[in-house]
Amino acid sequence: MNWGSLDNFLAMGGYAFYVWGSYLVTLGLLVAEIVLLALRKRSALARLRLQGTAAQGDR
Amino acid sequence: MNWFKYSSPQSFFPLAGKLALWFGALAAIACAAGLYIGFFVAPTDAQQGEAYRIIFIHVPAAWMSMFLYLVMAFWAGLGLAFNTRLSGMMASAIAPTGALFTFLALWTGSLWGKPTWGTWWVWDARLTSELILLFLYFGFMALQAAIDDPRRADKAGAVLALVGVVNIPIIYFSVKWWNTLHQGASVSLTKAPTMAATMLTGMAVMAFGFWFYSIAAALMRARCIMLERERASEWAVEYARGSA
Repeated sequence: MNWGSLDNFLAMGGYAFYVWGSYLVTLGLLVAEIVLLALRKRSALARLRLQGTAAQGDR
Repeated sequence: MNWFKYSSPQSFFPLAGKLALWFGALAAIACAAGLYIGFFVAPTDAQQGEAYRIIFIHVPAAWMSMFLYLVMAFWAGLGLAFNTRLSGMMASAIAPTGALFTFLALWTGSLWGKPTWGTWWVWDARLTSELILLFLYFGFMALQAAIDDPRRADKAGAVLALVGVVNIPIIYFSVKWWNTLHQGASVSLTKAPTMAATMLTGMAVMAFGFWFYSIAAALMRARCIMLERERASEWAVEYARGSA
């Protein structure tokens, strides 16, 4: 498929709002999920480290 | 090969990390290829113009929403039957990703429905049963979050997940059983597909991309759940110390 120009590509034959509205929300949510998972892992690890330090202090 | 070797969180944790990385990379490659085919190889649709290009995420997202529910119910059922810890963790790890794809199927469907059907939403059998699927995912997650003891939360969630499986064939066959606004399946196991080969290829490649993404995301979440639930275990504390 040859779009001819970037403007034509972005215009999506007049359906830009619907097509890009679908693709951008999909991309945004998938990226957000991965970022949230990375943050969740980081906080789980921080909690474990805190707990480990506390356990060592008890000895 | 001893499959039971990986049935404990401690031994599955590092494997899940490696697998998540590989499936994440595969997902990125498949999605890039799928988008290239979808936007630059597949022709403009004769009836719908460019609006049809939503198909490359709408159909794969809808497939994943149903498939992930079945996988989630499978793990939940396995946990219920054999009382294995990891099964329940896998079921919980899949639910949010399943809900995400269900939402995306509805969202992209709505944005596709407006220009082609003239409406964002109708209470037709396909759309309504897909919305029920979203509520099943939310119900599963809310039920688990409401119960403090993770093992009991797994059991309660498993019962809900298994009962909800009945909705999957309803979604799939809704376009046959009822007279709906939503079109019938363009791709089926029994007939030749009713669409151009390049469109079909783009859709299939994107479906693989979403599938690999789901595996990666679910494994990442499973690792978080393992760290959270196994915080009393030596291996989890040890891992946290090593990763500082």
